[in-house]
This record gives sequence, structure tokens and C-alpha cells, in this order.
Amino acid sequence: MRFPLLLAGLALLVVALFAGSLLVGPAGIAPARALAALVRGEGLAETLVMREIRLPRALLAVMIGASLGLAGAAMQGYLRNPLAEPGLIGISGSAALGAVLALHTGLAAAFALALPLAALAGAVVAVGLILALAGRTGGSITLILAGIAVSAMAGALTSLVLNLSPNPFAAAEIVFWMMGSLADRSMVHVWLALPFMAVGWALLATLGRGLDALTLGEDAAATLGVSLTRLRLMLIGGTACVVGAGTAVAGAIGFVGLVVPHILRPFVGARPSRLLAASALGGAAMLLAADIAVRLVLPERDLKLGVLTALVGAPLFLHLIYRTRREGL
Amino acid sequence: MALLSLAHLYAARGPCDVLHDISLSVAAGEFVGLLGPNGAGKTTLMRAALGLMPARGEANLAMLDRRARARAVAWLPQAREIAWPVDVETVITLGRAPHLAPGQSPGPADRDAIDAAIARMGLDGFRTRIATQLSGGEQARVLIARALAQQTPLLMADEPTAGLDPASQIGLMELFAATAREGRAVIASLHDLGLAVRHCSRVIVLDRGRIAADGRPDAVLTPDLLARVFHISAHFVQGSDGPIFQPLGVIR
Repeated sequence: MRFPLLLAGLALLVVALFAGSLLVGPAGIAPARALAALVRGEGLAETLVMREIRLPRALLAVMIGASLGLAGAAMQGYLRNPLAEPGLIGISGSAALGAVLALHTGLAAAFALALPLAALAGAVVAVGLILALAGRTGGSITLILAGIAVSAMAGALTSLVLNLSPNPFAAAEIVFWMMGSLADRSMVHVWLALPFMAVGWALLATLGRGLDALTLGEDAAATLGVSLTRLRLMLIGGTACVVGAGTAVAGAIGFVGLVVPHILRPFVGARPSRLLAASALGGAAMLLAADIAVRLVLPERDLKLGVLTALVGAPLFLHLIYRTRREGL
Repeated sequence: MALLSLAHLYAARGPCDVLHDISLSVAAGEFVGLLGPNGAGKTTLMRAALGLMPARGEANLAMLDRRARARAVAWLPQAREIAWPVDVETVITLGRAPHLAPGQSPGPADRDAIDAAIARMGLDGFRTRIATQLSGGEQARVLIARALAQQTPLLMADEPTAGLDPASQIGLMELFAATAREGRAVIASLHDLGLAVRHCSRVIVLDRGRIAADGRPDAVLTPDLLARVFHISAHFVQGSDGPIFQPLGVIR
């Protein structure tokens, strides 16, 4: 029974890092006072810092990290390819485009939730395009191609918006937002993202048995009683919910959905169904750790979370590829 | 009762029909060899019969809902795909999926079916081995064990002997024949006519999407049919230890 132990270990790690995330910050509040402020509301300034700044930040790290890990594991399982990641089907690119448009048009400055709502609208448009392009049925290749097309389109339009930005400050604002960050988010962001993510988690969590059967290929899975059409729709819908909501509140955060399933795969005996839960916990742990790191490494310079995950993730990924090749898998 | 029955089945790939008016039925106890040259429609016939591709006409298995179908027939595709480095027992356990309710884990009956399939395919020493690290022939045996663990009345296999050594090919054909004798039925597409005549109780010959012949191997594989469908001549006699079939040359 190594699997329950692994899950318990990962859950403990998430709890420890969550506590760490609550206790690290520029305000320098002592742990005991921080906890008192968080739980009982002792001390006005401390309570404000704990409840309005650090708690939403830590919660969002858990939610978005778990979303990226879960969606990454599901996407790799469906496409039977360890290089797949949640951004592959163009949802995050389109959500980013929606947010960029909100920033460019000034809508984001007009009212607080304009940016995440525009990003969610971008994700919805992407899902519509992918379903229209790849159809409800059809193989995994058409889904990849549709995703690449949607990503390319969103990327080109994002570049166009940057190209046409009225001044360097507007462009800089867009570029910094796109790097992805959890700084200065509030409980409003948590409540906005949570319903979408909860739906997405519920959709993706049911895919385990279908993904296991897909190990033997699409025809074999279909004759084992798996509805490939339903699996595909739930994968696209679930990924859109979690990635769209994540991008809407935190910008594009790369590499978590790619690297975490890859790291954890050997520990779950490579079973796609077990990888779902393990990756969700692993993603939460990784994003919590990264978000603590951006506060510790360069506290003065507002290091962006997405930059750090890519900086750490890319070399890690290179190492994994090297190891995979050496083992001849 | 027929485990597979097809009536006036047509299937198209692109604009042209690749199956024309196929009607046949397979009953328990039969080991059917599906023969025909490349492109005759063997794979298409089996996939259409399973409802894996659009087809017109009647196919009893295609009309079942997908979970009922998964308990009625096990399908071994030609591509031997094992996408992840999972262990052998995990692969074979996948065959029990149609018998489990959502969220249910394998019980004693499932364990028995898995153990029986493992024993039958001689995979006892392989349970914890990583399936993707096995040789092609061993992977084929693992995938066949998965299909056996599904415990369906009908087993359909697309070129199951391809890429196997002679002993494994004969062993597999004997296993299929024994499975049929136990009251199940097996349909396998084959290119090795020699194996088909020795082991199959019945052969169906496909030619350009139509059934060219259907019956006992010795009655079906006449010199005329071999020339017309396969463009070969062959030496086919009843030896003292069973029928002997040896292709001799190509007829142009």
C-alpha cells in the first residue's frame, strides 16, 4: 500500500507549505501572533495582513497548483504523451488574451473583476473553438492540432494588442501581468475562481478509470466500456474550468502541469488514475513552494511566480528527459 | 445462440464502401479464422461489427450499450499499445473494468479471473515486471491475458500472431481453439493460412470487402479460390498429423 502513503506524504507537505506560506512575508509577523491574528482576529494590522493578504495568496497557490497538476496529469493520460500540459489546448493562451484585452481597453481599471471575467470569457471562447475544430468525437491528434491552432491565434492576437499599446507603461503592465503572480490578490479572487475550479476538479477526478483503459489505446479502451466522447468532453470542460479560472486570477503559470505529473509518475506505478490525485497534491505543493520562494529570493524586486516556475521547471524537465532517455523508457 | 451476427453490413472509408453486404453469424464453440489479402477489409469488418466505426446494416454487438458490449466481447487491436510503464498485473487488471461499478475495486472473483488469465498465458513470473520493458512477444501475451481476464463469451483479435515466434504462434492458436471448445467463440484475422487450416474450425475469406467463401478450411481453400483471392498456388494435403498447407508460388 505505497499509494496511500504517498498521498499522505504529499498532503502533509501541502499542509506544511501552506503554513509556511502564511508565515512568510515582508510584514515580518511572529508565527504565534500571525496565528492569533488569523484565527481570532487579534491586532488590527496583523489581522488585515493575515486575512486579506496572506490567506488568499496561500489559498490561491493551493487551488491553482492543484488545478494545474490535476489537469496536467489528465491531459498527459488522455493524449498518452508525457509532454502534454494543460496549456496545450489553448485555454490558458485564450484566457490570457481576454485579460490582456481588459488591460488594454482600460476595462480592468474601471472595475475590479473586469480582468478575471474577461479572462474567463477568453477561456469560454477557446473551448467553443476547440470543440468546433476538433469535434466531439475524433482522435487525440485532432485535439492537439486544434489546441495548437487556438494557442497560435491567441498568441498572435496578444502580440497585436502589445504592438498597438498606446505607451510603454501599458505594455509593461500587460507583460508583467502575463508573467503570472499571486501577489496582491484578495478573497474576492478566491471566491471568483473556486466555483469554476470545483466544477473542473469534479469533472477531471472522474476520468481515472477511462484514462487507465486508454493505456491500451483508443479502440481497446472503447471495447472496455469507456465512452471516448464523454471522456474527451469532460477533459476539455474540466481543463477549461480549472485552467481558465487559474489564469483569470493569477496569469499564465507554466511548467507545473508539465513537470509535476512527470516527477510523480514513477511513484504511482505510472497508473494514470493514481497520478490524478498525486499530481493535484504535488502541484499544490510545488506552487506553494514557488510562491514562498519568490518572497524569499528577491523580496525587493517583485519576482513573478510564472518566471520562477519556468526557471526551476525547465532545468528539472531537462534532467527528467535525460533520465528517461538513460533508462530507455 | 449466435454470439456475433451481422446482416447486410456496409461500411465506408471516405467515399467508397470497403465492406459490401456482409452477413454472417458466429456461434459458441467456433474458432473462426478471418482470411484475406491486405486491404480485403478484415480489420474494417471487425471494427464495424464492434461498433467502433460507422456502418450501415445490422450488427448485434454494435447495438449493445458500451458496458454490455464490454461484457459480451473482448477486442485485441492489431497495434499492441501499452502507453505507460505500468506493471503486467495492472495491464491485465484493466480487463476487469467492464465488470466493476464506478469506484469499485477488484474483488475475489476479479482476482480469480486475473490469476486464471496469468496462469493460462504463462505469465506467473511476470506479474510485477514493467510491461513496456518486455519483448514484443511477451507484451503480446500480456495483452492477450488482459482480453482473457475480461471473461467474455466472444474474443475478437486482429492479427494476433503477427510478430510472434513459431512456438508462440502455435501456442496461441491452440489456446484459441481450446477457448472455443470450452464454449466460447474466437474470431481472429490471420495471414498464415497454414496456421488457419490446422487450428480454425471455420474460415471466412474476404476479398475486396465481400465474403468470398465461408466454411470448413479444407472445403474453402480450393486451388481456384487461392488463385482468385490470394493469387497463389499451394500444396494442401491431409497429413497423418493433421492438414498441411504450404504456399508455393505467386500466380500473376
